Amino acid sequence: MLRLKNINTYYGKVHALKNVSLHLAEGEIVTLIGANGAGKTTILNTISGVTPAAAGELQFNKETISALAPDRIVKLGISQVPEGRQVFKPLSVEDNLELGAYLRYRNREGKDTIHKDMEQIFTLFPRLEERRRQLAGTMSGGEQQMLAIGRALMAKPRMLLLDEPSMGLAPLVVQEIFKVLAQLRQEHGTTILLVEQNAKAALKLADRGYVLETGKVILEGQADELLENAEVKRAYLGKDKKEIWER
Amino acid sequence: MKKELLKFLAFAVLVLAAPYALSGGYIMNVLVFVGINTMLAVALNLLLGYAGQISLGHAGFFGLGAYLSGILTTTAGWNPWLVMPLAAALVGVMAFVIGFPILKLKGHYLAMATLGLGIIIYIVFNETVDYTGGPSGLSGIPNLSAGSITFDSDVKNYYLIWSFTLAVCLFAINLANSRVGRALRAIHDSEVAARVVGVNARLLKVQIFALSAMISALAGSLYAHTMTFISPASFGFNFSIELLTMVVIGGLGSIYGSFLGAALLTLLPEFLRAAQDYDIVIYGGMLMVMVMFMPGGLVRGVPDLVRKLVKPRGGDRHA
Repeated sequence: MLRLKNINTYYGKVHALKNVSLHLAEGEIVTLIGANGAGKTTILNTISGVTPAAAGELQFNKETISALAPDRIVKLGISQVPEGRQVFKPLSVEDNLELGAYLRYRNREGKDTIHKDMEQIFTLFPRLEERRRQLAGTMSGGEQQMLAIGRALMAKPRMLLLDEPSMGLAPLVVQEIFKVLAQLRQEHGTTILLVEQNAKAALKLADRGYVLETGKVILEGQADELLENAEVKRAYLGKDKKEIWER
Repeated sequence: MKKELLKFLAFAVLVLAAPYALSGGYIMNVLVFVGINTMLAVALNLLLGYAGQISLGHAGFFGLGAYLSGILTTTAGWNPWLVMPLAAALVGVMAFVIGFPILKLKGHYLAMATLGLGIIIYIVFNETVDYTGGPSGLSGIPNLSAGSITFDSDVKNYYLIWSFTLAVCLFAINLANSRVGRALRAIHDSEVAARVVGVNARLLKVQIFALSAMISALAGSLYAHTMTFISPASFGFNFSIELLTMVVIGGLGSIYGSFLGAALLTLLPEFLRAAQDYDIVIYGGMLMVMVMFMPGGLVRGVPDLVRKLVKPRGGDRHA
């Protein structure tokens, strides 16, 4: 469904992605793991068009989408849940969700269908319904994350790009959010590309994973294999570390 | 939405009834200025309060509208009603073209760029003496007329200007409450997040800049026809700052706030004349106090103040 071929992305002179190639099949959940600065967020931003690639090819359903602006990408059915949630804080929950459907309004889709979709988001995240008129900035981190996901879903995406949805959230809330992601795939066949610091939770949810280091893919494989991989265990799961004591 | 409409109707009735309650050419004349300034403040507020993009060059757009109307109706002798939309369209196209490079800038840099634009326009008014009359201005601009009515008295001008002002306000309120208004506020809060939900932020910023310039140009045309005389001094850097002050004092992101800000900043100097030499000091002091104690502007600060006065602190909260 989505294919990155030798993608190179720069921030000014900083070479952030070096010949990154990866793919996602329809209905798959794929996770990107890696340390800070490995280029996980940059991959998502490159796909969504926020930070376009300098070289390489980006294909969505066999069409080249490398040079498209973010709004065109959203139109094609790829929605991003940006890092740090980035909900519109001075706006109400409802307004945030309606902004998620921004392009659908332009296509003159009826308000009724959009409002029906909003109700669906509320069944997915009942806590948002309780706060529908509240300003997004006054909600807790977990609620804002739910809103950010709900906002992305309002565009009716076929693929969801999630950037660290667990950042700074209580374990219980993270569980709730991951449950919804699994549910989305099961009920709507949504393809999900998930960037996570919480490698363990991400690999448990995902089908496959890519491990990134300083802008390069250094490892890829089935999620359960990666969970057992000695190197991944040591570096990202915090297991089997050698106890080193000063004596 | 219904509530918005009722609020607007109440506002419109108030505006249209005002001449019956007030009398005298002087106050009517001042209220004409309030109308023009409201239009300008609303235009700037769409850009600054909603989309979060500053402009220190709006007096320039205002002046371009005034001079285009002034020159084309006097020297070229065209029909004023024809020139008005033409001037607005020309200024809109100009702002659109300039907007693309300028609005890539943010914050202080955008302020500097728009400031430069305003100053350039001001210099053009002063230096192209053959067309604009230079510093001594352009006179003999005809009053507008419709059928047998010529808008040459203060009361007539009041209704002329305020019908345009009300139309601009209604348009702005509708825009602010539409999906475009939401997108503008989204850009204001986070441009990246706005782009990610599918808002073409770059284009929308330029479009709202052009729209804002067009409304300012319309206000300029109306100003030229009611004053019948214009000179560059009215369209300088000072006036851009004054517009910015109106928007901020009135309340960012509120159309009625723009009206309050425009009304206050237009009326205050008239009332302060009584204080003679101290008027500027009092004026400045009042602005400082208002910004300190009403950071949300008059439109939010005054109701808060009333609530505090009605329900003093420590009062019976359970009642």
